Amino acid sequence: MAEFWVNMGPQHPMTHGLWNMKVKIDGETITDAAPEIGYLHRGYEKIMEVREFQKNVVLTDRLCYVSSITWSHAYALACEKMMDITVPPRGQWIRVISLELQRIASHLMWLAAYGPDLGLLTGLLWALRERELFLDLIQLLSGARMNQNFPRIGGVRNDLPPDFDKYCAKITKHFREKLKEYHRLFHESKIFLMRTQGVGRISLADAINWGVTGPNLRACGLDVDLRRLEPYETYEEVDFEPQVWKGGDGGDSYARFMCRFNELEESCRIIEQAIKKVPSGAYRAKAPRRAEGEGFARTEDSRGEALFYVIGDGDDRPYRVKIRSPVFCTMAATPLMLRGNKMADVVSILGSVDVCVGEMDK
Amino acid sequence: MPHVSGTEEDLMKRLRERFPKAFTELGIPRPRVVRGVIDRKDLVEVCFYLKEELGYEHLSCITAVDWKDHFESVYHLYSYTTGTTAQLNAIIPHDDPKIDSLVKLWNAAHYHEREAWDLMGVVYEGNPKLERILLPKDFQYHPLRKDFPQETERQYISRRKLKTGGR
Repeated sequence: MAEFWVNMGPQHPMTHGLWNMKVKIDGETITDAAPEIGYLHRGYEKIMEVREFQKNVVLTDRLCYVSSITWSHAYALACEKMMDITVPPRGQWIRVISLELQRIASHLMWLAAYGPDLGLLTGLLWALRERELFLDLIQLLSGARMNQNFPRIGGVRNDLPPDFDKYCAKITKHFREKLKEYHRLFHESKIFLMRTQGVGRISLADAINWGVTGPNLRACGLDVDLRRLEPYETYEEVDFEPQVWKGGDGGDSYARFMCRFNELEESCRIIEQAIKKVPSGAYRAKAPRRAEGEGFARTEDSRGEALFYVIGDGDDRPYRVKIRSPVFCTMAATPLMLRGNKMADVVSILGSVDVCVGEMDK
Repeated sequence: MPHVSGTEEDLMKRLRERFPKAFTELGIPRPRVVRGVIDRKDLVEVCFYLKEELGYEHLSCITAVDWKDHFESVYHLYSYTTGTTAQLNAIIPHDDPKIDSLVKLWNAAHYHEREAWDLMGVVYEGNPKLERILLPKDFQYHPLRKDFPQETERQYISRRKLKTGGR
Protein backbone atom coordinates (compact mmCIF):
# COMPACT_ATOMS: atom_id res chain seq x y z
CA MET A 1 0.00 0.00 0.00
CA ALA A 2 1.21 3.50 -0.78
CA GLU A 3 2.32 5.93 1.89
CA PHE A 4 -0.27 8.34 3.16
CA TRP A 5 -0.66 11.15 5.68
CA VAL A 6 -2.54 10.76 8.94
CA ASN A 7 -3.58 13.68 11.12
CA MET A 8 -2.80 13.23 14.81
CA GLY A 9 -4.86 16.17 15.96
CA PRO A 10 -6.00 18.88 16.34
CA GLN A 11 -8.51 16.91 18.40
CA HIS A 12 -6.56 13.97 19.71
CA PRO A 13 -5.96 12.90 23.31
CA MET A 14 -2.21 12.89 22.63
CA THR A 15 -1.95 16.59 21.84
CA HIS A 16 -2.75 17.99 25.30
CA GLY A 17 -3.84 21.19 23.71
CA LEU A 18 -4.66 22.30 20.23
CA TRP A 19 -2.17 21.45 17.53
CA ASN A 20 -1.79 18.93 14.79
CA MET A 21 0.94 16.43 14.06
CA LYS A 22 0.70 15.11 10.53
CA VAL A 23 2.54 11.83 10.12
CA LYS A 24 3.24 10.04 6.88
CA ILE A 25 3.08 6.30 7.34
CA ASP A 26 4.16 3.33 5.33
CA GLY A 27 2.26 0.49 6.88
CA GLU A 28 3.02 1.05 10.56
CA THR A 29 6.30 2.89 10.14
CA ILE A 30 6.54 6.67 10.14
CA THR A 31 8.47 7.98 7.15
CA ASP A 32 7.87 11.69 7.65
CA ALA A 33 6.13 14.09 9.98
CA ALA A 34 5.05 17.71 9.87
CA PRO A 35 3.82 19.63 12.89
CA GLU A 36 1.08 22.12 12.24
CA ILE A 37 0.85 24.81 14.88
CA GLY A 38 -0.71 28.21 15.37
CA TYR A 39 -4.20 27.25 16.49
CA LEU A 40 -3.71 29.13 19.74
CA HIS A 41 -1.93 32.21 18.42
CA ARG A 42 -3.12 35.25 20.36
CA GLY A 43 -0.68 37.85 19.08
CA TYR A 44 1.11 38.33 22.38
CA GLU A 45 4.04 40.22 20.95
CA LYS A 46 1.68 42.75 19.42
CA ILE A 47 -0.64 43.30 22.36
CA MET A 48 2.32 43.68 24.72
CA GLU A 49 3.42 46.71 22.74
CA VAL A 50 0.46 48.78 23.93
CA ARG A 51 0.51 47.79 27.57
CA GLU A 52 2.76 49.24 30.20
CA PHE A 53 5.85 47.30 31.28
CA GLN A 54 4.48 46.26 34.63
CA LYS A 55 1.06 45.30 33.31
CA ASN A 56 2.47 42.84 30.81
CA VAL A 57 3.19 40.45 33.67
CA VAL A 58 -0.50 39.55 33.60
CA LEU A 59 -0.12 38.51 29.97
CA THR A 60 3.11 36.57 30.36
CA ASP A 61 1.45 34.54 33.12
CA ARG A 62 -0.92 33.17 30.54
CA LEU A 63 1.80 32.12 28.12
CA CYS A 64 1.83 28.75 29.79
CA TYR A 65 -0.77 28.23 32.43
CA VAL A 66 1.01 25.33 34.08
CA SER A 67 4.20 27.29 34.63
CA SER A 68 3.13 30.91 34.96
CA ILE A 69 5.73 32.12 37.43
CA THR A 70 8.71 30.99 35.39
CA TRP A 71 7.45 32.85 32.32
CA SER A 72 6.61 36.06 34.15
CA HIS A 73 9.97 35.84 35.84
CA ALA A 74 11.79 35.61 32.50
CA TYR A 75 9.96 38.71 31.31
CA ALA A 76 10.67 40.61 34.52
CA LEU A 77 14.34 39.64 34.32
CA ALA A 78 14.63 40.94 30.76
CA CYS A 79 12.99 44.23 31.76
CA GLU A 80 15.32 44.54 34.74
CA LYS A 81 18.34 44.12 32.49
CA MET A 82 17.01 46.80 30.19
CA MET A 83 16.23 49.20 33.05
CA ASP A 84 19.49 48.28 34.77
CA ILE A 85 18.04 47.62 38.20
CA THR A 86 18.92 44.85 40.61
CA VAL A 87 16.53 42.95 42.81
CA PRO A 88 17.24 42.98 46.57
CA PRO A 89 18.61 39.66 47.90
CA ARG A 90 15.41 38.73 49.69
CA GLY A 91 13.45 39.24 46.48
CA GLN A 92 15.89 37.05 44.60
CA TRP A 93 15.59 34.22 47.11
CA ILE A 94 11.79 34.41 47.12
CA ARG A 95 11.96 34.19 43.35
CA VAL A 96 14.11 31.09 43.48
CA ILE A 97 11.65 29.43 45.85
CA SER A 98 8.63 30.33 43.75
CA LEU A 99 10.36 29.26 40.53
CA GLU A 100 11.20 25.84 41.89
CA LEU A 101 7.72 25.35 43.34
CA GLN A 102 6.36 26.18 39.93
CA ARG A 103 8.80 23.85 38.22
CA ILE A 104 7.66 20.95 40.37
CA ALA A 105 4.01 21.77 39.73
CA SER A 106 4.71 21.94 36.00
CA HIS A 107 6.67 18.69 35.90
CA LEU A 108 3.95 16.94 37.88
CA MET A 109 1.39 18.13 35.36
CA TRP A 110 3.57 16.63 32.64
CA LEU A 111 3.86 13.37 34.59
CA ALA A 112 0.11 13.33 35.05
CA ALA A 113 -0.31 13.63 31.31
CA TYR A 114 2.42 11.20 30.34
CA GLY A 115 1.23 8.34 32.54
CA PRO A 116 -2.22 7.89 31.00
CA ASP A 117 -0.72 8.47 27.54
CA LEU A 118 1.00 5.14 28.00
CA GLY A 119 -1.81 3.41 29.81
CA LEU A 120 -0.70 4.10 33.36
CA LEU A 121 -3.72 5.85 34.79
CA THR A 122 -2.35 5.68 38.32
CA GLY A 123 0.31 8.15 37.21
CA LEU A 124 -2.37 10.74 36.54
CA LEU A 125 -4.06 10.34 39.88
CA TRP A 126 -0.88 10.26 41.95
CA ALA A 127 0.83 13.14 40.21
CA LEU A 128 -2.21 15.39 40.43
CA ARG A 129 -2.63 14.51 44.09
CA GLU A 130 0.88 15.70 44.92
CA ARG A 131 0.65 18.66 42.57
CA GLU A 132 -2.18 19.95 44.69
CA LEU A 133 0.18 20.24 47.66
CA PHE A 134 2.55 22.42 45.69
CA LEU A 135 -0.30 24.48 44.34
CA ASP A 136 -1.35 25.00 47.96
CA LEU A 137 2.13 26.33 48.72
CA ILE A 138 1.98 28.65 45.72
CA GLN A 139 -1.45 29.77 46.79
CA LEU A 140 -0.14 30.51 50.26
CA LEU A 141 2.64 32.56 48.72
CA SER A 142 0.77 34.42 46.03
CA GLY A 143 -2.94 34.00 46.66
CA ALA A 144 -3.78 32.05 43.52
CA ARG A 145 -3.45 28.48 42.37
CA MET A 146 -2.81 29.39 38.76
CA ASN A 147 -1.94 32.55 36.83
CA GLN A 148 -0.39 33.95 39.98
CA ASN A 149 0.76 37.36 38.69
CA PHE A 150 3.52 37.08 41.27
CA PRO A 151 6.87 38.32 39.88
CA ARG A 152 7.25 42.05 39.48
CA ILE A 153 9.82 44.09 37.59
CA GLY A 154 12.21 44.78 40.45
CA GLY A 155 11.24 41.92 42.73
CA VAL A 156 8.14 40.01 43.73
CA ARG A 157 4.67 41.16 44.66
CA ASN A 158 4.61 40.21 48.31
CA ASP A 159 6.72 38.85 51.08
CA LEU A 160 6.77 35.28 52.32
CA PRO A 161 3.77 34.46 54.50
CA PRO A 162 4.45 33.52 58.14
CA ASP A 163 5.63 29.96 58.77
CA PHE A 164 6.16 29.40 55.07
CA ASP A 165 9.44 27.59 55.71
CA LYS A 166 7.70 25.05 57.93
CA TYR A 167 5.04 24.30 55.35
CA CYS A 168 7.69 23.99 52.65
CA ALA A 169 9.82 21.63 54.69
CA LYS A 170 6.81 19.49 55.56
CA ILE A 171 5.61 19.17 52.01
CA THR A 172 9.00 18.57 50.40
CA LYS A 173 9.72 15.85 52.97
CA HIS A 174 6.38 14.22 52.23
CA PHE A 175 6.94 14.55 48.51
CA ARG A 176 10.37 12.94 48.62
CA GLU A 177 8.82 9.90 50.24
CA LYS A 178 6.20 9.81 47.52
CA LEU A 179 8.83 10.13 44.80
CA LYS A 180 10.20 6.72 45.75
CA GLU A 181 6.75 5.28 45.20
CA TYR A 182 6.53 7.06 41.85
CA HIS A 183 9.85 5.61 40.84
CA ARG A 184 8.64 2.12 41.61
CA LEU A 185 5.32 2.72 39.90
CA PHE A 186 6.94 3.67 36.63
CA HIS A 187 9.87 1.27 36.74
CA GLU A 188 7.93 -1.81 37.71
CA SER A 189 5.55 -1.24 34.86
CA LYS A 190 6.98 -3.30 32.04
CA ILE A 191 4.67 -1.74 29.50
CA PHE A 192 5.92 1.73 30.36
CA LEU A 193 9.56 0.71 29.95
CA MET A 194 8.91 -1.13 26.71
CA ARG A 195 7.12 1.81 25.20
CA THR A 196 9.73 4.41 26.15
CA GLN A 197 13.16 2.79 26.00
CA GLY A 198 14.87 3.16 22.65
CA VAL A 199 11.99 5.08 21.14
CA GLY A 200 12.23 8.53 19.57
CA ARG A 201 15.97 8.87 19.55
CA ILE A 202 17.66 12.12 18.57
CA SER A 203 21.42 12.52 18.41
CA LEU A 204 23.23 15.19 20.39
CA ALA A 205 24.55 16.98 17.31
CA ASP A 206 21.07 17.12 15.79
CA ALA A 207 19.54 18.31 19.05
CA ILE A 208 21.97 21.24 19.31
CA ASN A 209 21.62 22.10 15.65
CA TRP A 210 17.83 22.14 15.79
CA GLY A 211 17.77 24.25 18.94
CA VAL A 212 16.44 21.66 21.36
CA THR A 213 17.02 22.88 24.93
CA GLY A 214 16.33 22.07 28.53
CA PRO A 215 15.60 18.55 29.77
CA ASN A 216 15.25 17.32 26.20
CA LEU A 217 18.85 18.34 25.47
CA ARG A 218 20.16 17.06 28.77
CA ALA A 219 18.60 13.71 27.87
CA CYS A 220 21.12 13.55 25.01
CA GLY A 221 23.93 13.69 27.54
CA LEU A 222 25.06 17.30 27.37
CA ASP A 223 25.45 19.00 30.73
CA VAL A 224 23.68 22.25 29.97
CA ASP A 225 21.61 23.89 32.64
CA LEU A 226 21.29 27.65 32.43
CA ARG A 227 20.87 27.84 36.18
CA ARG A 228 24.44 26.56 36.36
CA LEU A 229 25.92 27.82 33.09
CA GLU A 230 24.69 31.38 33.26
CA PRO A 231 23.34 31.76 36.81
CA TYR A 232 20.58 34.25 37.37
CA GLU A 233 19.06 35.25 40.72
CA THR A 234 20.84 33.32 43.48
CA TYR A 235 21.26 29.94 41.84
CA GLU A 236 25.02 30.33 42.23
CA GLU A 237 24.72 29.93 45.98
CA VAL A 238 22.54 26.85 45.83
CA ASP A 239 24.04 23.39 45.71
CA PHE A 240 22.27 21.27 43.13
CA GLU A 241 23.09 18.82 40.40
CA PRO A 242 21.77 19.44 36.88
CA GLN A 243 20.01 16.29 35.78
CA VAL A 244 21.82 14.82 32.79
CA TRP A 245 21.33 11.43 31.20
CA LYS A 246 24.49 9.51 32.06
CA GLY A 247 23.57 6.08 30.76
CA GLY A 248 25.13 6.72 27.36
CA ASP A 249 23.28 6.32 24.09
CA GLY A 250 20.54 8.61 25.33
CA GLY A 251 18.15 10.95 23.60
CA ASP A 252 15.19 8.58 23.67
CA SER A 253 11.84 8.98 25.38
CA TYR A 254 13.06 7.18 28.47
CA ALA A 255 16.07 9.49 28.90
CA ARG A 256 13.82 12.53 28.59
CA PHE A 257 11.49 10.99 31.13
CA MET A 258 14.32 10.33 33.57
CA CYS A 259 15.79 13.84 33.27
CA ARG A 260 12.48 15.44 34.11
CA PHE A 261 11.65 12.94 36.77
CA ASN A 262 14.96 13.45 38.58
CA GLU A 263 14.52 17.21 38.38
CA LEU A 264 11.57 16.87 40.75
CA GLU A 265 13.86 15.76 43.54
CA GLU A 266 16.51 18.31 42.62
CA SER A 267 13.97 21.12 42.83
CA CYS A 268 13.01 19.89 46.29
CA ARG A 269 16.66 20.16 47.29
CA ILE A 270 16.84 23.73 46.00
CA ILE A 271 13.69 24.74 47.89
CA GLU A 272 14.95 23.23 51.12
CA GLN A 273 18.22 25.14 50.86
CA ALA A 274 16.68 28.38 49.67
CA ILE A 275 14.11 28.54 52.42
CA LYS A 276 16.93 28.48 54.99
CA LYS A 277 18.99 31.12 53.25
CA VAL A 278 16.38 33.83 52.76
CA PRO A 279 17.83 37.01 54.32
CA SER A 280 15.72 39.78 55.78
CA GLY A 281 15.28 43.11 54.05
CA ALA A 282 13.38 44.50 51.13
CA TYR A 283 11.87 42.17 48.57
CA ARG A 284 11.19 44.64 45.82
CA ALA A 285 13.11 47.51 44.24
CA LYS A 286 11.45 50.44 42.60
CA ALA A 287 11.34 50.13 38.84
CA PRO A 288 11.22 53.17 36.57
CA ARG A 289 8.05 53.74 34.59
CA ARG A 290 9.79 54.55 31.35
CA ALA A 291 12.81 52.86 29.87
CA GLU A 292 15.05 53.11 26.88
CA GLY A 293 17.43 50.54 25.51
CA GLU A 294 17.29 46.82 25.08
CA GLY A 295 17.67 43.84 27.29
CA PHE A 296 17.31 40.12 27.03
CA ALA A 297 17.23 37.36 29.59
CA ARG A 298 17.36 33.64 29.19
CA THR A 299 16.18 31.36 31.93
CA GLU A 300 15.85 27.66 32.45
CA ASP A 301 12.13 27.22 32.09
CA SER A 302 10.47 23.90 32.95
CA ARG A 303 10.57 22.98 29.27
CA GLY A 304 13.85 24.47 28.15
CA GLU A 305 15.44 27.77 27.46
CA ALA A 306 13.06 30.72 27.66
CA LEU A 307 14.32 33.98 26.23
CA PHE A 308 12.71 37.38 26.38
CA TYR A 309 14.11 40.20 24.28
CA VAL A 310 12.62 43.56 25.23
CA ILE A 311 13.27 46.89 23.52
CA GLY A 312 12.14 50.20 25.00
CA ASP A 313 12.12 53.51 23.18
CA GLY A 314 11.69 55.84 26.15
CA ASP A 315 7.96 55.31 26.45
CA ASP A 316 6.24 53.50 29.29
CA ARG A 317 5.47 50.60 26.98
CA PRO A 318 7.86 48.22 25.26
CA TYR A 319 8.66 48.99 21.64
CA ARG A 320 9.14 45.35 20.79
CA VAL A 321 8.97 42.15 22.77
CA LYS A 322 10.24 38.85 21.46
CA ILE A 323 9.38 35.58 23.14
CA ARG A 324 11.57 32.59 22.48
CA SER A 325 9.56 29.57 23.40
CA PRO A 326 11.45 26.32 24.01
CA VAL A 327 8.58 24.15 22.81
CA PHE A 328 8.38 26.06 19.53
CA CYS A 329 11.99 25.14 18.78
CA THR A 330 11.68 21.56 20.00
CA MET A 331 8.65 21.15 17.77
CA ALA A 332 10.88 21.79 14.75
CA ALA A 333 12.97 18.78 15.76
CA THR A 334 10.11 16.34 16.41
CA PRO A 335 10.08 14.96 12.83
CA LEU A 336 13.64 13.72 13.48
CA MET A 337 12.53 11.91 16.60
CA LEU A 338 9.50 10.41 14.88
CA ARG A 339 11.02 9.10 11.64
CA GLY A 340 11.54 5.36 11.60
CA ASN A 341 9.37 4.69 14.63
CA LYS A 342 6.02 3.01 14.70
CA MET A 343 2.73 4.83 14.51
CA ALA A 344 1.84 3.78 18.06
CA ASP A 345 4.99 5.45 19.42
CA VAL A 346 3.92 8.96 18.43
CA VAL A 347 2.14 9.28 21.77
CA SER A 348 5.16 8.10 23.71
CA ILE A 349 7.57 10.44 21.89
CA LEU A 350 5.52 13.62 21.89
CA GLY A 351 4.43 13.05 25.47
CA SER A 352 8.04 12.94 26.59
CA VAL A 353 8.79 16.27 24.87
CA ASP A 354 6.29 18.03 27.17
CA VAL A 355 4.37 20.24 24.79
CA CYS A 356 2.65 23.34 26.08
CA VAL A 357 0.61 24.93 23.34
CA GLY A 358 0.14 28.29 25.02
CA GLU A 359 3.80 29.20 24.87
CA MET A 360 4.38 27.52 21.53
CA ASP A 361 1.79 29.57 19.69
CA LYS A 362 2.19 32.79 21.67
CA MET B 1 30.34 26.27 34.99
CA PRO B 2 32.46 29.13 36.33
CA HIS B 3 32.49 32.28 34.32
CA VAL B 4 35.82 32.71 32.52
CA SER B 5 36.70 36.36 32.78
CA GLY B 6 37.91 38.05 29.64
CA THR B 7 35.87 35.87 27.28
CA GLU B 8 33.95 38.87 26.00
CA GLU B 9 37.04 40.97 25.36
CA ASP B 10 38.68 38.04 23.63
CA LEU B 11 35.68 37.54 21.38
CA MET B 12 35.58 41.25 20.56
CA LYS B 13 39.25 41.25 19.66
CA ARG B 14 38.92 38.21 17.41
CA LEU B 15 35.90 39.63 15.61
CA ARG B 16 37.67 42.95 15.07
CA GLU B 17 40.75 41.24 13.65
CA ARG B 18 38.82 38.91 11.40
CA PHE B 19 36.23 41.44 10.17
CA PRO B 20 37.85 44.86 10.42
CA LYS B 21 35.17 46.55 8.34
CA ALA B 22 32.00 44.58 9.03
CA PHE B 23 31.07 45.94 12.44
CA THR B 24 29.67 49.44 12.70
CA GLU B 25 29.24 48.95 16.44
CA LEU B 26 30.79 46.41 18.79
CA GLY B 27 30.58 46.46 22.54
CA ILE B 28 29.90 44.66 25.81
CA PRO B 29 26.61 45.96 27.20
CA ARG B 30 26.62 43.51 30.10
CA PRO B 31 28.87 40.75 31.37
CA ARG B 32 28.63 37.60 29.22
CA VAL B 33 27.13 39.52 26.28
CA VAL B 34 28.83 40.88 23.18
CA ARG B 35 26.69 43.00 20.92
CA GLY B 36 27.60 43.85 17.35
CA VAL B 37 25.81 45.73 14.58
CA ILE B 38 26.52 44.59 11.04
CA ASP B 39 25.17 45.06 7.56
CA ARG B 40 23.04 42.28 6.10
CA LYS B 41 25.64 41.25 3.51
CA ASP B 42 28.17 40.19 6.16
CA LEU B 43 25.76 38.13 8.20
CA VAL B 44 26.43 34.61 6.93
CA GLU B 45 30.20 35.05 7.00
CA VAL B 46 30.23 36.34 10.57
CA CYS B 47 27.86 33.60 11.72
CA PHE B 48 29.92 30.93 10.01
CA TYR B 49 33.05 32.17 11.77
CA LEU B 50 31.27 32.31 15.13
CA LYS B 51 29.83 28.84 14.76
CA GLU B 52 32.67 26.90 13.21
CA GLU B 53 35.70 28.51 14.80
CA LEU B 54 34.55 30.04 18.08
CA GLY B 55 32.06 27.39 19.14
CA TYR B 56 28.84 29.43 19.22
CA GLU B 57 26.88 26.32 18.40
CA HIS B 58 23.43 27.25 19.63
CA LEU B 59 21.23 29.61 17.64
CA SER B 60 18.91 30.72 20.36
CA CYS B 61 16.63 33.22 18.74
CA ILE B 62 15.96 35.28 15.62
CA THR B 63 14.01 38.48 16.11
CA ALA B 64 12.88 40.92 13.46
CA VAL B 65 12.40 44.52 14.61
CA ASP B 66 10.67 47.28 12.70
CA TRP B 67 12.41 50.61 13.33
CA LYS B 68 10.13 52.47 10.88
CA ASP B 69 13.07 53.64 8.74
CA HIS B 70 14.80 50.26 8.65
CA PHE B 71 14.39 46.68 9.79
CA GLU B 72 16.71 44.78 12.03
CA SER B 73 17.16 41.07 12.27
CA VAL B 74 18.61 40.21 15.66
CA TYR B 75 20.45 36.94 16.25
CA HIS B 76 21.27 35.55 19.66
CA LEU B 77 24.05 33.00 19.45
CA TYR B 78 25.10 31.08 22.49
CA SER B 79 28.20 29.14 23.43
CA TYR B 80 27.58 26.10 25.60
CA THR B 81 31.22 25.96 26.65
CA THR B 82 31.72 29.51 27.93
CA GLY B 83 28.14 30.58 28.61
CA THR B 84 28.48 33.80 26.65
CA THR B 85 26.07 35.27 24.15
CA ALA B 86 26.90 36.96 20.86
CA GLN B 87 24.13 39.26 19.75
CA LEU B 88 24.21 40.35 16.12
CA ASN B 89 21.94 43.08 14.85
CA ALA B 90 21.79 42.97 11.06
CA ILE B 91 20.50 46.13 9.41
CA ILE B 92 17.97 45.72 6.58
CA PRO B 93 16.62 48.61 4.50
CA HIS B 94 12.90 49.20 4.82
CA ASP B 95 12.09 49.26 1.12
CA ASP B 96 13.89 45.98 0.41
CA PRO B 97 13.29 43.69 3.41
CA LYS B 98 15.50 40.77 2.43
CA ILE B 99 18.33 38.99 4.21
CA ASP B 100 20.22 35.75 3.69
CA SER B 101 18.93 32.74 5.52
CA LEU B 102 20.94 30.81 8.09
CA VAL B 103 19.34 27.40 7.51
CA LYS B 104 22.58 26.05 6.07
CA LEU B 105 24.33 26.67 9.40
CA TRP B 106 21.54 25.94 11.86
CA ASN B 107 18.43 23.91 11.20
CA ALA B 108 16.88 25.79 14.10
CA ALA B 109 16.67 28.78 11.78
CA HIS B 110 13.87 27.10 9.81
CA TYR B 111 11.17 27.88 12.33
CA HIS B 112 12.60 31.15 13.61
CA GLU B 113 12.81 32.61 10.12
CA ARG B 114 9.38 31.36 9.20
CA GLU B 115 7.98 33.06 12.28
CA ALA B 116 9.84 36.29 11.62
CA TRP B 117 8.60 36.37 8.04
CA ASP B 118 5.09 35.50 9.11
CA LEU B 119 4.81 38.27 11.68
CA MET B 120 7.19 40.92 10.34
CA GLY B 121 7.49 40.29 6.62
CA VAL B 122 11.27 40.10 6.41
CA VAL B 123 12.18 37.71 3.58
CA TYR B 124 14.91 35.22 4.47
CA GLU B 125 16.39 34.29 1.13
CA GLY B 126 17.33 30.64 0.95
CA ASN B 127 14.81 29.35 3.47
CA PRO B 128 13.10 26.48 1.62
CA LYS B 129 9.75 26.79 3.33
CA LEU B 130 8.93 30.41 4.04
CA GLU B 131 5.24 29.95 4.81
CA ARG B 132 2.77 31.10 7.41
CA ILE B 133 3.40 29.26 10.64
CA LEU B 134 1.40 30.96 13.39
CA LEU B 135 -1.15 32.88 11.35
CA PRO B 136 -3.76 31.42 8.99
CA LYS B 137 -2.54 30.53 5.51
CA ASP B 138 -4.76 33.09 3.77
CA PHE B 139 -3.72 35.99 6.01
CA GLN B 140 -2.64 39.01 3.99
CA TYR B 141 -0.59 41.14 6.36
CA HIS B 142 2.46 41.09 8.60
CA PRO B 143 0.98 42.24 11.89
CA LEU B 144 4.08 43.10 13.91
CA ARG B 145 4.99 45.93 11.56
CA LYS B 146 4.44 49.31 13.07
CA ASP B 147 2.06 50.42 10.31
CA PHE B 148 -0.31 47.57 11.11
CA PRO B 149 -3.16 49.13 13.09
CA GLN B 150 -3.20 48.48 16.80
CA GLU B 151 -5.28 49.89 19.60
CA THR B 152 -3.28 52.90 20.72
CA GLU B 153 -5.50 54.29 23.44
CA ARG B 154 -6.30 52.16 26.42
CA GLN B 155 -9.95 51.83 27.19
CA TYR B 156 -10.69 54.24 29.99
CA ILE B 157 -13.44 53.38 32.44
CA SER B 158 -14.30 56.12 34.88
CA ARG B 159 -15.03 55.40 38.52
CA ARG B 160 -18.58 56.64 38.16
CA LYS B 161 -19.16 54.24 35.36
CA LEU B 162 -17.82 51.39 37.47
CA LYS B 163 -20.05 52.30 40.42
CA THR B 164 -23.24 52.79 38.46
CA GLY B 165 -22.64 49.98 36.04
CA GLY B 166 -22.49 52.26 33.00
CA ARG B 167 -25.62 54.28 33.65
